[in-house]
Amino acid sequence: MTEISKFIDNLIARHGGLLIPILQDIQERYNYLPEKVLRQVAKTSGISLRDVYGVASFYSAFSFTPKGKHIATVCLGTACHVRGGARIVDVLSKEFGINPGETTSDLQLTLQTVNCLGCCAIGPIIVVDGEYYGQMTPQKTLKQIKKLIKKGAQSD
Amino acid sequence: MTKLLRPEQLGKLRQRISASRPKDTIISISCGTCGQARGALKVAQAFKEAIKGLGKKISIKVTGCHGFCEAEPSVIIFPEEIFYRNLKPEDAKRIVKSTLDGKIVDDLIFKEDGNSFIYMSEIPFYRKQMRILTGNHPHINPMNVEDYIALGGYKALAKALWMSPEEIIGEIKCSGLRGRGGAGFPMGRKWEITRAQKNNIKYLICNADEGDPGAYMDRSLLEGNPHSVIEGMMIGAYAIGAGEGWVYVRNEYPLAVKHVTTAIKQARELGLLGENILGSGFSFDIKVAKGAGAFVCGEETALIASIEGKRGLPRQRPLFPAQHGLFGKPTNINNVETLANVPIIIEKGADWFSGIGTKTSKGTKIFSLVGKVQNTGLVEVPMGITLREVIFDIGGALGSSKVKAVQIGGPSGGCIPQELFHLPVDYESLTGVGAIMGSGGMIVMDENTCAVDIARYFTNFLQEESCGNCSICREGTQRMYEILTGITEGRGKEEDLHLLEELGGIIKDVSLCGLGQTAPNPVLSTLRYFKDEYNAHIKEEKCHAGVCKAFIQYMIGFKKCTGCGLCKKNCPQMAIEGELKKQHSILQNKCIRCGICYDMCTFDAVVKKTGGKKCLK
Repeated sequence: MTEISKFIDNLIARHGGLLIPILQDIQERYNYLPEKVLRQVAKTSGISLRDVYGVASFYSAFSFTPKGKHIATVCLGTACHVRGGARIVDVLSKEFGINPGETTSDLQLTLQTVNCLGCCAIGPIIVVDGEYYGQMTPQKTLKQIKKLIKKGAQSD
Repeated sequence: MTKLLRPEQLGKLRQRISASRPKDTIISISCGTCGQARGALKVAQAFKEAIKGLGKKISIKVTGCHGFCEAEPSVIIFPEEIFYRNLKPEDAKRIVKSTLDGKIVDDLIFKEDGNSFIYMSEIPFYRKQMRILTGNHPHINPMNVEDYIALGGYKALAKALWMSPEEIIGEIKCSGLRGRGGAGFPMGRKWEITRAQKNNIKYLICNADEGDPGAYMDRSLLEGNPHSVIEGMMIGAYAIGAGEGWVYVRNEYPLAVKHVTTAIKQARELGLLGENILGSGFSFDIKVAKGAGAFVCGEETALIASIEGKRGLPRQRPLFPAQHGLFGKPTNINNVETLANVPIIIEKGADWFSGIGTKTSKGTKIFSLVGKVQNTGLVEVPMGITLREVIFDIGGALGSSKVKAVQIGGPSGGCIPQELFHLPVDYESLTGVGAIMGSGGMIVMDENTCAVDIARYFTNFLQEESCGNCSICREGTQRMYEILTGITEGRGKEEDLHLLEELGGIIKDVSLCGLGQTAPNPVLSTLRYFKDEYNAHIKEEKCHAGVCKAFIQYMIGFKKCTGCGLCKKNCPQMAIEGELKKQHSILQNKCIRCGICYDMCTFDAVVKKTGGKKCLK
């Protein structure tokens, strides 16, 4: 039995065959949804590959391409929008040459947007590698991300 | 933890916890997600270090959100309720020392309009609130079930389990509690319908898929007092006869997921979840399902599909979930805030609860008050309070002339202009003016917020989040977005406004689910109250708020510029030229109207001009 099929068997048993938590755990492990793993899910669970793909593509949290080492999520909820969240996205897109949802070719950074993180009072909010930063400006965000990328490169 | 087998054991446990509690000073630190984003955990760490060696004189409590986001990181010192705001780790030592000496740290207390406020209850932000759901947050470490029990937690459950389900439903019906998730359906009636279904298996779902941008009360409740929601679910499950519950929570709320998962585990360890709860013969357990980033899953039938592992598509009703819900079984779905009200009603009685509010809307409602107000945060107010009181007295909006409108109810809601701020906050009066109570997002807009841009923002959100099932919603919201984008970019035509109204009406009438039926609200309500702004964009080529880039131009004022170079340094386009200490100027062909220079200039030298003719291109 391969490692993948063992992993999938475990997941299906743990989540009672419910697809979404299975996909969430796959994404947590691989940081995206690799095709061969999805095929294995379909094979083992009896859910057709068409349905697995249909569900995976419906929800915005799932990605079919590998994400970067660092993930920057910019909140574009209403309050962040009013306070200039979109400007942060513009500046990051330009600086790293990627649109929201994309990853740099060196797999260092994925830029994402989210519709609301529920921290509206201190917007614009960004989350970098799971850590929240409030009242951000494009400049502060750039600085923070560059710092993390540099730090990550040193520790490698 | 030993399992509680009888209600008396719960009472004894409460006595034991209360007796072992420190009676001296407690420093309660607000550490919800927004507090953490502002460094509350570092502040908490500093406090922990500052009290080392002081024994039991002072203890620290890391809690969920205290509601006053603008003041984060903040602490409340009990029992006096002294409130310190916007703290840094280095402030901890000073506060601890002053507290021991019985003194106040003057520079850290809250100030507004030249007045200082030492005690939490004096602060205008808190004064007019009625915090029956959120008031316990500063006393509860959400990771510790004992804190909740010490405050009387699970007392209502122990009471309810010895009432008949019909009595509970009767009590909830008498209380007048209505759903806080948006539609305002009477809670007791909903339970009654599910109770009446003849089926051995039923489910109760707590809907914590709080997708409305600008609303975060459900996150705060789950983060700050998860057991109150769980207790509400248990009472509801007993009333309708459900044996299994689900909490469907957004994955974007990691802290809420963590707290609610821990709370369920602790409740299970105490025997408050599981078989034969407190010896009553009633068995119930709760699972957590995490959302995967689809707004439409807040709709009940889509949410059910999502838990079942399918695409989150709403389906035609009837059959309602109460008849045919999760896995085909009768299912009751309630919002987080609604459920949190249940234990309070059972404990204090329907009469007490229905004494709060208006004729048709009872109890309190939590709003997230954000946007152009001084005191942003979560406010819990009695139903029937006027919008003016919330926005000006609690929010401390800056000058009544500047506030233009308030957007209520998120993407399904509408804008209410200042002329209507005398309206009481209840379900009917908000619906009457084209908004809805919704989940309770309240975004205050001032003269720098463009009504057309806000409508466009929400329409963009909705056209992305439309599940695509109904073509009128899928295509209609896209067309509306295109028309609105055209108007904000200077391509608007007069007939566009009529088209928007017509299209909006059709989307409302023909869509299957709540998302589509309310999707045109932001556009229709702004058209109703701010048509002049639409016309200014179309006919005069002006955006008075100075938001729509097509109509504005930034310039550097000749008299005020000191040549400090701050704008030049920060311009992402390198569109500003000028030597240090000399007049700077903006190269209009390079400028992208991002406004960074405008925000950064400390001398107000950068000015924004709108109108005349289209500035861009």
